[in-house]
Amino acid sequence: MKTQDVTEKPILEVNNLETGFTIDNKFYNAVDKVSFSVKPNKIVGIVGESGCGKSVMSLSIMNLLPKGIGEIANGTILFDGNEINKLNNNEMNKIRGKDMSMIFQEPMTALNPVFTVGYQIMETLINHSDISKKDAKLKSIDLLKSVGIPRPEKIVDEYPHQLSGGMRQRVMIAIAIACKPKLLIADEPTTALDVTVQAQILELMKTIQQENNMSIILITHDLGVVAEMCDEVIVMYAGKIVEKTDVDTLFHNPKHPYTKALIQSVPKLDVIQETLGTISGIVPSLKNMPEQGCRFVDRCSMAKSECRTKTPTLKPTVDLGQADDSKEHLVSCLLYDEA
Amino acid sequence: MLKYIIRRLLIMIPMLLLVSIVVFTLAQLMPGDPFGGEIDPTKLKPEQIEEKREQLGYNDPILVQYGRWLSNFVQGDFGKSISYKTDVSVLIKQRLDNTIFLTILALIITYAISFIMGLYSGKKPYTIGDYAINGFNYLALAIPSYVLAIAFIYIFAFNLQWFPSSGSVGMGVEEGTWEYWMSRLNHTLLPAIVLGAFSAASYTQFLRNDIIDNSRKDYVRTARAKGTSESNIYNKHILRNSLIPIVTLFGFDLAFMINGAVITETIFTYPGIGKLFLDSVGKQDYPLIMTLTMMFAVIVIIGNMLADILYSLVDPRVKVE
Repeated sequence: MKTQDVTEKPILEVNNLETGFTIDNKFYNAVDKVSFSVKPNKIVGIVGESGCGKSVMSLSIMNLLPKGIGEIANGTILFDGNEINKLNNNEMNKIRGKDMSMIFQEPMTALNPVFTVGYQIMETLINHSDISKKDAKLKSIDLLKSVGIPRPEKIVDEYPHQLSGGMRQRVMIAIAIACKPKLLIADEPTTALDVTVQAQILELMKTIQQENNMSIILITHDLGVVAEMCDEVIVMYAGKIVEKTDVDTLFHNPKHPYTKALIQSVPKLDVIQETLGTISGIVPSLKNMPEQGCRFVDRCSMAKSECRTKTPTLKPTVDLGQADDSKEHLVSCLLYDEA
Repeated sequence: MLKYIIRRLLIMIPMLLLVSIVVFTLAQLMPGDPFGGEIDPTKLKPEQIEEKREQLGYNDPILVQYGRWLSNFVQGDFGKSISYKTDVSVLIKQRLDNTIFLTILALIITYAISFIMGLYSGKKPYTIGDYAINGFNYLALAIPSYVLAIAFIYIFAFNLQWFPSSGSVGMGVEEGTWEYWMSRLNHTLLPAIVLGAFSAASYTQFLRNDIIDNSRKDYVRTARAKGTSESNIYNKHILRNSLIPIVTLFGFDLAFMINGAVITETIFTYPGIGKLFLDSVGKQDYPLIMTLTMMFAVIVIIGNMLADILYSLVDPRVKVE
């Protein structure tokens, strides 16, 4: 390990997180023993299909799981050195929106329809500081300007329904960065937007990240977004991390069959393709999760018989032709167990 | 907004004209006439009755009668009540403030009860408290108001003697004094509770379900992600949204209250518009029936307009034009 890794204390550390839902009095894990960390000033991407537990994990970190239905069963979440999964709601409220904030997938419904844009930005500021309403409003206008909204002094008094989807997502970003958080969790922030708007929003997020020195957890199922934005990537499948490495290694040397299949199912502009690679089947539902063995086995083209009985664990793997051992590459697949 | 109100008021004219035709026709279709019960056939000669009918214009063609009534009506002459032998406008004026007092009291009771119970139930759904409130609501919705009224009179007026069972004000209190108003309140409270119970139950259910609905919305999650306290989430974010359907109901409720007051006022022999209306129908007092029905129609139409205007005030997504 290099010295820089020692000094860089992670802003977020998730250890053995198990989060799940109680359905018909039985508890099902949607996130199963997941561990990872986020270093300051880094963008970590979390990829996977729908139903892989990405959103549940991000909601667990924010402690925003639907009350009475979803809960953290095990594991710890350390934010800035403090164990936040033990905090109660009031204590969490002091962190949420201030040191850690979140952007959601659906900008059309994420804003309260009956309050002005300004009010909703001001609320974050007022929640976390002794700021007067007047100053909060001026700051809201500044924030709107910083997220690239034209005529902010007018937009500040408008209602969400008067804005387009892209503008609303910009407002959401303004809310999220109002208190200059150390960590921003973006749960598929561009999925509901036009492609052109997507690019603008991602650009904006990257600029803001660099200006404010914050870390971002970017949840997405778009590998293009990952390649564009992220420093590190975590690939999740059915509630488990199957591969974790830096972004270059992932695209140049993917190990897990699921990662490979995901990359193959992205259309390439430089190759003439008749058919696009697909992964047959769907993610097993919580109730049908195999008890043992690899969870990807039914859809894996390289599955062996032992894949059904032996559960793989996330282990470091050696990248051939890569002398730099500072780059961590973890994979959870029996194919690499012997190595 | 002003333009909108003026336009709505202008649309009222043809609507009221249609209502007037229906009302007039229905009144004409009723068998018998106002003299039916008052004439002693042994003493009065048929010629004399006929003369009186002729004098009142009851033998004119229907269209002529309608035209006469309409032209008087628009000039503000509502005619003379046959049974009370007084101007209809005077009769209505005497009773209108009683009904308004009753309606306001009933509305206050409705809102007070439904907001306390609805907010509690919405915040803590599927708890014992919520089930108790739901049970109460179903009971209030299921019991007809006349049964509730009689039960209330029996329990609170007859047995416990907390409230008087009839009238609108005590005997011999001087108008305008503190005692006068307390006496009025005392007389009005029981019918107001009966009148308000049904609305309170439906409002509570409305508010509860809307709060539960809203609490699952994305914007609530956003508010939580901002670090907004639970009390602010419910009392500001959710309540402001749940107010929208409630406020819209207000306009319709105004009409409902006066409508419902017919039964309640009669049982409590409370001298208001509702009781006057029922009496006038019983006595076939045409001028009174028609004036009151027209008044109800105006209230319903204005109530609807009010609902639309209020809707646009509480919901920024709705604009009236």
